[in-house]
Amino acid sequence: MTLDASRGAHDEAPPELVQLLTPEGERIEHPDYDVDLTPEEVRSLYRDLVLVRRIDLEAVALQRQGELGIWASLLGQEAAQIGSGRALTDSDMAFPTYREHGVAWCRDVDPVKLLGLFRGVNHGGWDPKEHNFHLYTIVIGSQTLHAVGYAMGIQRDDANAATIVYFGDGATSQGDVNESFIWASVFNAPIVFFCQNNQWAISEPLEKQTRIPLYRRASGFGFPGIRVDGNDVFACLAVTRKALEAARTGQGPTLVEAFTYRMGAHTTTDDPTRYRVAGELEAWKLKDPIERVKAYLFKNELADQEFFDSVDEEAAQLGADLRRRCLALPDPRPLDIFDHVYREPHALIDQERAQFAAYLEGFEK
Amino acid sequence: MRKAMEDDPKVLIMGEDVGKLGGVFRVTDGLQKDFGEDRVIDTPLAESGIIGTAIGLALRGYRPVCEIQFDGFVFPAADQIITQLAKMPMRSLGAIKLPVVVRIPCGGGIGAVEHHSESPEAYFTHTSGLRVVACSNPADAYSMIQQAIRCDDPVVFFEPKRRYWEKGDIDTSSAGWWTPFDAARVVRPGSDATLLAYGPMVKTCLEAAAAAEDDGRSLEVVDLRSLNPLDEAVIMESARRTGRVVVVHEAPVYNGFGAELAARVTEQCFYHLEAPVLRVGGFSTPYPPSKLEEHYLPDLDRVLDAVDRAFGF
Ligand SMILES: Cc1ncc(C[n+]2csc(CCOP(=O)(O)OP(=O)(O)O)c2C)c(N)n1
Repeated sequence: MTLDASRGAHDEAPPELVQLLTPEGERIEHPDYDVDLTPEEVRSLYRDLVLVRRIDLEAVALQRQGELGIWASLLGQEAAQIGSGRALTDSDMAFPTYREHGVAWCRDVDPVKLLGLFRGVNHGGWDPKEHNFHLYTIVIGSQTLHAVGYAMGIQRDDANAATIVYFGDGATSQGDVNESFIWASVFNAPIVFFCQNNQWAISEPLEKQTRIPLYRRASGFGFPGIRVDGNDVFACLAVTRKALEAARTGQGPTLVEAFTYRMGAHTTTDDPTRYRVAGELEAWKLKDPIERVKAYLFKNELADQEFFDSVDEEAAQLGADLRRRCLALPDPRPLDIFDHVYREPHALIDQERAQFAAYLEGFEK
Repeated sequence: MRKAMEDDPKVLIMGEDVGKLGGVFRVTDGLQKDFGEDRVIDTPLAESGIIGTAIGLALRGYRPVCEIQFDGFVFPAADQIITQLAKMPMRSLGAIKLPVVVRIPCGGGIGAVEHHSESPEAYFTHTSGLRVVACSNPADAYSMIQQAIRCDDPVVFFEPKRRYWEKGDIDTSSAGWWTPFDAARVVRPGSDATLLAYGPMVKTCLEAAAAAEDDGRSLEVVDLRSLNPLDEAVIMESARRTGRVVVVHEAPVYNGFGAELAARVTEQCFYHLEAPVLRVGGFSTPYPPSKLEEHYLPDLDRVLDAVDRAFGF
């Protein structure tokens, strides 16, 4: 079977890709999408990328040591997440999947809160309203509809804000994602659909989801779609910023396809050697999102070795701190099972809680 | 619903054909004209989309009332209802609330084609995080929907479609006077046996009780109103007093909501019972074509037959 899509997935990036920084760290211009970044801002993006990768690596290590049940790594997707995450304003709302640790970082969610979910302490322990960052959603594609509904709320409130929703290439096959495209389109909702096309849905390659490049789906639903180099933090920032601005100014939705690659396993329980050839990974390592910013900073003398060392030092401290606080996360108490199921009094829950409490007390005597 | 929309500007109506048409049952008739398209939202034809976007609107502070056009079409939305609507508040450790009402016209008896006559309540009563209620008469339809919309929990609201055309007096005066929507109600007192019913079967049970009186039997009819949570106090008090319980619903008996009632009554009233709790309901078949539905749906005779059996122990 030879399909367009399969070639798009694994060969060189297609020509329509928006790129502002090459893998070699060369800055290039784009007529429609550009960013003007101060050296300070570039250094700050670099710092984000490094720190988020460190959070991720630390979590993988914690899982390997049995401290987390599972972890979904973002390795390779840092630029897509930091670029889009830094494009958000405080009043914008983000709806993630389970892999958006970098976006969470941009929204000031304490990384140890992310670990709680994977450690089995809770199902998501942060207040979405406090960070304008919704809870992780495990059911593939569900959150896209929540995001559109939220965007419709923004419309009704006449607020100067937009919504961004994250999902993978696999998710684009889901009914909910397609329904969310329709909804967003017919209601002209202020939303950015941000698809991280990391080429794989567990073991299923992109060609099992689509025969056309994903960004082109948008035109069938009646709004623009754009493909951006997902390993280029400048381009992700520029494209997302523009799409969010369009949403905020009543121009409706945009689909951004960030063309990237999942360098790690799908999750810590996955074994990509069963379905993926090693050469593919090697090719993508050359496009590493962090290395190219580093090269750019170096080449243009925007940062010296001292800066890079200090970021590494900060990352090491962050990792150690995360580890310490993860191990200190208290186990939930048995009766917590009954908490927050309903907001208003509920006779059945009260009854079962009382029975279970009495049962537990029996052991204490 | 008009009252709820007047009382609270955050209340929205959404669903297929709810606007100009006023819904296929005309329940939302005229609302769009008065409240505008932003509050009475005609949606694309996609049930998962209706519930999913309602969740998003609720996250933004709105109180959406969603209409699922017919019972058999709730299944495309089941994922959003079960995995998201029911569980998201708990997932957030209580940080968010989802005051979404899902209205579902339910049950048979209107001669409809396939998928228009079902009783999917057990799927939803099995899901914690949802409140599931069923109204049985116009007064309750009014007061219960007001309470459902005001409730900060998600509510699945079953409306018996063959009772839609009934008219009755309703008390619109004050919330304080309404029976709480999670309370069961004895709608006909009796002393010899208890009929437990909800939604469309309440009326059938009342007719059966009236007929039984001619045979010298006094049947108590309890309208459950709320299926999750259950008002056990009213149910058990009645069961203990009469000693015989027959559960009546339209859904298939096997693994149906009646099984839960039978188990709970048996567990709590074992020494007061003169007979096992019996169940009357649909068969373990798909809902039949409408020419056969009178055989499928519990009617007065099948209810009385079960009562006879209860007296035979
Ligand atoms: C509805 C549903 N089906 C199956 C799964 C199991 N599952 C978890 S992640 C995943 C692959 C998702 O791929 P994609 O959308 O590309 O996102 P990625 O994880 O690659 O970022 C699957 C099948 C699920 N979580 N939800």
